[in-house]
Amino acid sequence: MATKQMVRVKVNGRDREAQVEPRLLLVHFIREVLQLTGTHIGCDTSHCGACTVVLNGKTVKSCTMFAVQADGGEILTVEGLMQNGNLHPLQEGFKQEHGLQCGFCTPGMLMSSYVLLHNNPNPSEEEIRRGISGNLCRCTGYQNIVGAVQFASAKIEQGKMAEGVAK
Amino acid sequence: MIPPAFEYMRPNTIPEAIALLQQHGEDAKILSGGQSLIPMIARPAYLVDINRISGLSYIKEERGFLRIGGLTREAELESSPLVRLKYPILLDTAHVIADPQVRNLATVAGNLAHGDPANDHPATMIALGAQVVATGSAGERIIPIEEFFLSLFSTALQPGEILTEIRVPVPTVKSGGAYFKLERKVGDFATAAVAAQVTLDASGAVQKVGIALTNVGPTPIKAKKAEDFLRGKKLDEATVRQAGQLAGDEAQPSSDLRGPAEYKKGLVKELAKRALSRAAERAGR
Repeated sequence: MATKQMVRVKVNGRDREAQVEPRLLLVHFIREVLQLTGTHIGCDTSHCGACTVVLNGKTVKSCTMFAVQADGGEILTVEGLMQNGNLHPLQEGFKQEHGLQCGFCTPGMLMSSYVLLHNNPNPSEEEIRRGISGNLCRCTGYQNIVGAVQFASAKIEQGKMAEGVAK
Repeated sequence: MIPPAFEYMRPNTIPEAIALLQQHGEDAKILSGGQSLIPMIARPAYLVDINRISGLSYIKEERGFLRIGGLTREAELESSPLVRLKYPILLDTAHVIADPQVRNLATVAGNLAHGDPANDHPATMIALGAQVVATGSAGERIIPIEEFFLSLFSTALQPGEILTEIRVPVPTVKSGGAYFKLERKVGDFATAAVAAQVTLDASGAVQKVGIALTNVGPTPIKAKKAEDFLRGKKLDEATVRQAGQLAGDEAQPSSDLRGPAEYKKGLVKELAKRALSRAAERAGR
């Protein structure tokens, strides 16, 4: 047994820590140690993107990283998207535009779309497709996912305008 | 996949990292972006995580070279205004490596140091005439990229050395390059790919040229015959077609799931034509 190491991370705004074996993958840490099972394990080989989380503002495949590597970092998982009981505009978009069927890829799709919109609030269709190119979906043919991201982009924009009016 | 147990070490400086690598020799492996290492089945007993070493992540022009730090991520190449403006061949390459999540972690240096002929940066760096800096206990050593790839997954790096910098000569005026890759789907390795970099003289004739091929042999292949043929010639359609033919002949592909060897040779021929034409356009033919 290898020497265990302490991992301290902030996950969805909460400080978490645990002693783990170095070989523990980040996705297993998130699902089994932190009990946040919204992040899925799909292919386990870095292809499908179901395990995508946001680490220090960037999307990573949590099956292709050890938990010890994330030490000191900030992680956002799908559980952290909802704010004050309200769905994130992206979650609402996936619901309204039928951006999922079986839902297995959805948490990863949401996290990739989240960073995409954060960096580029009004992406073109091509930019959306490029932004989610590391996430496989076997149900939707992607069309409705693109629609869901466009829905969210418009909704966030409206929110900002409403805020501007309120001020 | 859950890997077998290993000891994990996270040095904060290059000398610390080198000391650890020397101490554990062949049993130790460097963990950089990890995007090739972690999915692999074979595993070392010791992993030396170099990600917390500061000062190794940069893209800058200095003293005649574009310098890419040993920890620079592929995504950083994509977002670099300098790369966009002056090194479009590097942008072409970064764009077609794996997918956005992988590019957020994967390093340019790791793409070379892994020694995988299916990786994309080896051909690009050969076309650009790059050098790599290997840092070990005796200091730095400069390795020309043509001497770097020895055989499948084997490079000129010694066990106690870290690839700390990649140096690309700053292109002179009338230079341009391009990388063309055919992949079955986003994120796949190349069925075949071609990198081409040219510098033209005042008359528009080829003064300098680098052409290299991805995933059509045990190492990335420098298409020397095509390069020799092109020197001194203008890049008209017939010349480009002939150079593509020569490059296709230099490929040594094997038949596999991505296609039969003959098909891949044909592919190299066509991709070389396209890469050369785009390179010439960018050079301002």
